[in-house]
Amino acid sequence: MAKTDVELAVPVRRDPWITRDKVVHLLQTKGLLIAFALFLVAFSLASDRFASVDNISTVLRQVAIVGTIAVGVTIVVIGGNLDLSVGSLLSFSTVLVVDLHDKIGPGPAILIMFAAALAVGCVNGLLVGFARLNSLIVTLGMLSAIQGLTLIYSGGQNVDIADQEGTWFAFFGRDFLLGVAVPTWIFLGLAVILHVVLTRTTFGRKVFAVGGNPTAAAFSGVRRARVVFSTYLISAFCTACAAVILGSRVMGSQNNVGQGYELVVLAGVILGGTSLLGGSGSIPKTVVGVLILGFIQNGLLLLGYPYYAQWLVTWVVIILAVWLDVASKRGRLFTTTS
Amino acid sequence: MRTLAHHTAAELAELAPRAPLLHIDGVTKTFPGVKALDDVSLEVRAGEVHALLGENGAGKSTLMKVLAGNHQADRGQIHLEGEPIRVSGPHEAKHLGIVLIHQELSLAPEMTVAENIFLGSLPRRALGFVDFRKLYADAGRILDRLGCRFAASDKVETLSIANRQMVEIGRALVFTPKIVVFDEPTASLTDAEKVVLFDVIRSLQDENVGIVYISHRMDEIFTLSDRITVLRDGAVRGTLETARTNEDEVTRLMIGRALEPRSHARAREPGPVALEVKGLSCADLFRDVSFSVRAGEVVGMYGLIGAGRTEIAETIFGLRAPDAGEIRRDGEVVSITSPPDAIAHGIALAPESRKEQGLVLGMSCRDNMSLSQLGEVSRVGWLDRSAEQAIYDRYAVRLSLKSPSWRTPVVNLSGGNQQKVVLGKWLGTAPKVLIIDEPTRGIDVGSKAEIHGLIRELAAAGMAVLMISSEMPEVLGVSDRILALYHGRLAAEFDADSVTEDALVQAISGL
Amino acid sequence: MTKSPLRHLSRIPPIWMILIACVAFFSVFADSFFAIGNFTNILIQTSTIGLIALGMTVVMINGNIDLSVGAVVALAASLAVGLQADLGIVPAVLVGLGAGVALGFLNGMVVWKTGVDAFIVTLGAMMGVRGLVFLYTGEQSFFSMNFAYADFGMSSIAGVPTLAWVFLALTVIMHVVMTRTTHGRNAYAVGGNREAAENAGIRVGRHMVANFMLVGFFAALAGITLSTQMGASTPNLGTNYELWVITAVVLGGTKLTGGVGTILGTLGGVLTIGVLRNGMNLMQVPAFYVLVVMGAILIAVLLVDARVNRRVAGEVKL
Repeated sequence: MAKTDVELAVPVRRDPWITRDKVVHLLQTKGLLIAFALFLVAFSLASDRFASVDNISTVLRQVAIVGTIAVGVTIVVIGGNLDLSVGSLLSFSTVLVVDLHDKIGPGPAILIMFAAALAVGCVNGLLVGFARLNSLIVTLGMLSAIQGLTLIYSGGQNVDIADQEGTWFAFFGRDFLLGVAVPTWIFLGLAVILHVVLTRTTFGRKVFAVGGNPTAAAFSGVRRARVVFSTYLISAFCTACAAVILGSRVMGSQNNVGQGYELVVLAGVILGGTSLLGGSGSIPKTVVGVLILGFIQNGLLLLGYPYYAQWLVTWVVIILAVWLDVASKRGRLFTTTS
Repeated sequence: MRTLAHHTAAELAELAPRAPLLHIDGVTKTFPGVKALDDVSLEVRAGEVHALLGENGAGKSTLMKVLAGNHQADRGQIHLEGEPIRVSGPHEAKHLGIVLIHQELSLAPEMTVAENIFLGSLPRRALGFVDFRKLYADAGRILDRLGCRFAASDKVETLSIANRQMVEIGRALVFTPKIVVFDEPTASLTDAEKVVLFDVIRSLQDENVGIVYISHRMDEIFTLSDRITVLRDGAVRGTLETARTNEDEVTRLMIGRALEPRSHARAREPGPVALEVKGLSCADLFRDVSFSVRAGEVVGMYGLIGAGRTEIAETIFGLRAPDAGEIRRDGEVVSITSPPDAIAHGIALAPESRKEQGLVLGMSCRDNMSLSQLGEVSRVGWLDRSAEQAIYDRYAVRLSLKSPSWRTPVVNLSGGNQQKVVLGKWLGTAPKVLIIDEPTRGIDVGSKAEIHGLIRELAAAGMAVLMISSEMPEVLGVSDRILALYHGRLAAEFDADSVTEDALVQAISGL
Repeated sequence: MTKSPLRHLSRIPPIWMILIACVAFFSVFADSFFAIGNFTNILIQTSTIGLIALGMTVVMINGNIDLSVGAVVALAASLAVGLQADLGIVPAVLVGLGAGVALGFLNGMVVWKTGVDAFIVTLGAMMGVRGLVFLYTGEQSFFSMNFAYADFGMSSIAGVPTLAWVFLALTVIMHVVMTRTTHGRNAYAVGGNREAAENAGIRVGRHMVANFMLVGFFAALAGITLSTQMGASTPNLGTNYELWVITAVVLGGTKLTGGVGTILGTLGGVLTIGVLRNGMNLMQVPAFYVLVVMGAILIAVLLVDARVNRRVAGEVKL
């Protein structure tokens, strides 16, 4: 193209510090972060308590469950698929670990719960990866099936841990480490590990390739099915981690505790800027997306709005965020479709 | 308004040169960072076939998209029958009588042939009901005129690519348009179908329709067109009377210099057999195919689309399971059930469709290149970025890849440079056998010669190359030996030096 | 062109085979299943999901999706019940329907003008509209004080419940629209190849907005009929309906990628869900098992479909 030739030929020239192009570029790449920062500043001015260390650590703890799941789902989405079964799986895993806790002790309960969650991940992975079925429908079916399994397992009863004080299981949901809540550690720890996996390993590269163009990936010798399968295992693993946090925090579980999580998680992932088309996105983006959701909720509550006000704000914010992204790629605000 | 149809033919002949049917005047279109069209002017007369030529990225499709309302021009004016028009979208274009026959098939596969031909203008009765009787009758007439043997009620998904192209062409005949733009209409057509198409174009000419004909194929342009306009880098480089010019002049305008005559040094003595295929069969795609490729030779595989060429390549590469037959590498029977197996046996495949099969378009050049060799650029699963960079650096220079940086997503590169990334990806795996399917499809003339030279070089360096192509000059010019395929069977094998074009055509037509 | 009866038979959506099998199974094993009274029961039970599914089918044939239907159900029901004391029944119902159409218009305009994927737009709307419901109702349930409202939900014409008539009539109308009218045929073109439809001069944006308004209308109507059955509305009404509706539509053979699907198939999908729930209920199987069976059938249908399609297409292994 003509442009590239010019770029290659022209020697480096000092540009003025601020140009229109630079501003546009900054808005395009860091638009969400800038909006996030402005939004934090606005809330801080409106409410004294908002910017306090206490409040921030509260938000970080509150978003830990959604965040932990979202980190796993991000990898599935980058791989070009969806996982709507995480909400049901969260219910199932939490009920399972809480119920088994009193029967066989916390250690074995956690182990069995992880095995069960990974088995669900395997089923998703087999159906989407190896049988190549549409991920939205498969995980929609799994959403329904796991919800049923949870109810069958619990007989429709909610479950509780009898001795809430005398178990180390409380550590995951209620304790602090170096002044930071354990759920926050789990969330951010998983985020860091999976970010490294995604950016520094061959597996991560394959996830991007498979999500970007599954056919080309296969023609390049990438074993697509295995990669997709693994993304579902990761998602199930993260959901199991979230179940430990949730079960430990509540010390009990309702049958439908995870209902609706799949879509809130997806909202966080999308808000962060990971494309549902696959092949692009990142874990840090998702962390930011989840934090924005958390701070919106927290800020509005502090300002005295009812809890459902956050849903209205989320409606607007999520569409604006994705619109900004789409519009910058398109180079114009609106589509030209007639 | 007086339309041209009201004049007699004699009047028209006199009138036409003075009052062009379509006048594109000084159109400029800029995309972020790129000036796609720079003050482009073009005239199309009634009843004229005006060929539009240019390398990929020269601005042909942008110009046509401005004409069809997909893009809005920044500056400039379009006049139709002397009146200034503003085409704000495809809907308006259609209303004005401008029809674009797309190169990329623009059909809804689940719908019937008739519904596709009349897409967007289904005959209506009261209350928005479709007049199916009229629809199928009219569509049947159009198919007859095109000499098509399939039914108007067939679903498009059941048609071959060539037949789909005919459906697309049928759209030009729904009502008599003022301007029809054909964008590379013959890419997938057989010679017989081309003849029909040319007849259709001539009959449109007789009805005083102005025709813009975009093509890469010189022979077609010189057969059909009255005038030729050449675009380069978004600007018009000249408009020529077809009768008063020749291929050399047109080519020179197109690429801005004279094309060097191709002379390839053929390897004198090919080495031992690197790839041998015996009795390979797969379902109804191909039967009992046997051939061999020696180290240091280029074997061309020539045949019509649908003859099973690509499928044979895919089977060798482990993407399809054969029913029977064996594949030998360096004389030993190998079992290849997946691409990683093929890669492990030193086989590489540069596939037919770069965008769909060859490249992850959103990924950087570097990451695309290392995708086939992630094992080589990593230790226990950890990527070694400097090793990746080294691969990119080596092949960017070796292939003279023109890309702003290793970071550039391949989607932003031209077709020729995209093909180089695909080649770089495979050369890094140091293959002994390279299968290259349609190496220059959709690539401009300048890059074509470069890629051909590269294929010869690779062979000279000892690689066994199997080149699949549907372009006769390419097969004749680059290969040492030629395999002709007809209906999934190997029809004949030729020595490239002694074969005649007629013999090749007969072999792939089953004669 | 040959038009043998067999060729016609092959066009029957496969879900009807499953439906017939289910009906046969429950007729044998569940007492009191095979009775006119029970069938009309099933029709009423499925009409809520069924009505929404009619609209969703069109939107999905377009290649879009609407996740906000469950929230629209609650909004329309709350408006229709909450306003009828002040406005009277008919105006309140019209306001409810109008709200559904207006939200559909909003969703459609956003999808059209911004180019953001419908999944994302309506995911946002799903949360936002639910917020609107809570805002309007103050988290309260409303009860209809006018018995005529609930009576309508219980009424019947010629022995068949009025709501069942409404559902069947609208099904027939939508079937005709999708097979016989230009709008219906254009829906397939837009979903099958959007660029082609645009290039052919179909006003794709407007077309999609119309269909979002259609699904909004159907969701609102479903919410109102549901509230006539209960004589009340709750702010959580319709939660998870979007998932049930999508399940029914996909069971009926509509493809998420667009361009493929029929109203008859959707009817089969809706009825299959209804028959399964009703039959298992009659066999006194706990309700949870229905969820498992539904999930399994959804995936099974997909598996069979993929197997058949792949054999025909002869694709490469990936």
